[in-house]
Order: sequence, then structure tokens, then C-alpha cells
Amino acid sequence: MWNYEKRLQYPVNITTPNAKLASVIISQYGGPDGEMGASMRYLSQRYTMPYKQGQAILTDIGTEELAHLEIVATIVHQLTRNLTAEQLEEQGFAPYYIDHTAGIWPQSAGGFPFSASQFQSTGDPIADLYEDMAAEQKARLTYDNILRLIKDPEVCDPIRFLREREIIHFQRFGETMRVVQDNLDSKNFYAFNPAFDGPDGGNCGCRK
Amino acid sequence: MNELMTQIYEYSFAVDDVLLYLDTHPEDQEALAYYKNMRDAREAALGAYEAQFGPLTKDGVKDCADYWVWVNGPWPWEGGASKCGTMRKGCNTR
Repeated sequence: MWNYEKRLQYPVNITTPNAKLASVIISQYGGPDGEMGASMRYLSQRYTMPYKQGQAILTDIGTEELAHLEIVATIVHQLTRNLTAEQLEEQGFAPYYIDHTAGIWPQSAGGFPFSASQFQSTGDPIADLYEDMAAEQKARLTYDNILRLIKDPEVCDPIRFLREREIIHFQRFGETMRVVQDNLDSKNFYAFNPAFDGPDGGNCGCRK
Repeated sequence: MNELMTQIYEYSFAVDDVLLYLDTHPEDQEALAYYKNMRDAREAALGAYEAQFGPLTKDGVKDCADYWVWVNGPWPWEGGASKCGTMRKGCNTR
């Protein structure tokens, strides 16, 4: 269950459209390291996370990513609204405009559609959390790459906020990894999969 | 942005941030107290805003007299140089 709050997590008020910028920022909506993949990844991984704190962090970060998805969509929307077809074409937006007009659709900067193949839900808490930490770093560097291309402070401001949250999430996933490992055998974290073989590895045929 | 909405943004972010911290530090008493303060401040600001400007959540619809006010007011993506969303002519607000 989710509850909607009629505001963004961080305000976006862009007064100067710039479709060229929108065409790269949209990657954080539906690209390989974007917010759609982030939220789907964490919210999907929750079900096999065996520890309470891990279930909480995947739920709460996955939920925050949905709010980030809305921020990115808002940035793209405000950068492309009220432009004519000619202006969109001049700003390099014609290929997107042809299929989507000024609608918001999840794709990468290179035009590839969003795909679940861009993230994993392995059913193994250690593998999932390493993926999550890597995902936060990849999102952070994507925002760094975007920030190098932006001059407009009205666009920089929310992008910086999103970038900072990636760093916080990386930190929290690192702490969650510690929680998971504290529950396992410190001599061999990989002796069994606590999400599949039971909390003590009892169902693991490989461990005698 | 009006003062109440600024408060909502600030207190809500404090709650969002300490929420994640508490998930991995559930016994941190200082963080628990901070959560309580920020949550209370957020609830007060939300209530004051909704009473004056209309609902931000489905629970915040105060007066259902003769019109469903949830559809009124700005949507989150309509900030900046909005001309009532993507509509160029006229606004669909009441």
C-alpha cells in the first residue's frame, strides 16, 4: 500500500524550457541506472530479504525512489512544455517528439526503452545488496555527468538533491550489508543463502 | 512557495532522511527523539496547510460540501512557468 502526497519530495520550478537538456535527463527516468529501475529493484528484492532491518530499508528507499522518479519526470516535463514542434526540433528533440510529443515515457538518453533486464532481484541478500550499492554509485555518477552539462541553476538544484540522496542510500545499503553479515557465519558468509536455505542453512544440501 | 509549504518540505525531508537512518540504527535514542520532533512538526504544518489551501493527501479533504476539492489546486509537476499544466488555453481549475 502506498499513500500519495500532492507535492514533490524536493521542489522543481523551471522557467526556461530546454529540450536538449531534457533529452539527457530522461535517462534518469527510464535509463539503465535511472529511478524507475531503482524503485523496481528495491521493491522487488524486499520479499526474500530475511532480516527486518533489510526489509525496512528496501521498502523505504524503494519508496523514496518513486518520489525521485516523479522529480525527474517533472524536470523533463518543465524543460519541454510550451514549446512548438519547430523549437523541439531545433533543440534536438525531434526523434522523441515524433513518438511521444511532449509526453513522459521511460527511456534512456540513447533512446532505449526501460527494461527490467536493467536490474536484478537474485533472491540472495548479499548479491542483491551489492547490486544495490553499485546501483546507487551508478546513479550518482549519472547525475555527475548530467551536472557537467547544465548551466541553468533551476535545473542544477533538484539534480544536486537527487545526487546527494544516492550517496545517503549507498551508505544505508552498506549498513544493511553489515546487518546481513552479522546474522551469518563470519568465517564464511557464503556457506548458504539465508533467504532460501533457512536462517541457519538447514535446508542447504551442500552444507553437511 | 508559501511559508507553510516551505515548512512541509523541510520537516518532511527531515523525516524522510531520519527514517532511513533509523532503519539501520533502530536503537539510536537521539535519532528517535529527532524523528518524533520532526514528525510532529510535519503533521502540524500539513494540518495548517490543508485547512487553508486544500488537501495534500486523500485524508486531508476537510470539506466535501458540494465539490470534490482534491482535483483542485496545483499538481506537483506544475511548478515554475506553468500555464496550468500542458494546456495552453484556459485552466481546468474551478
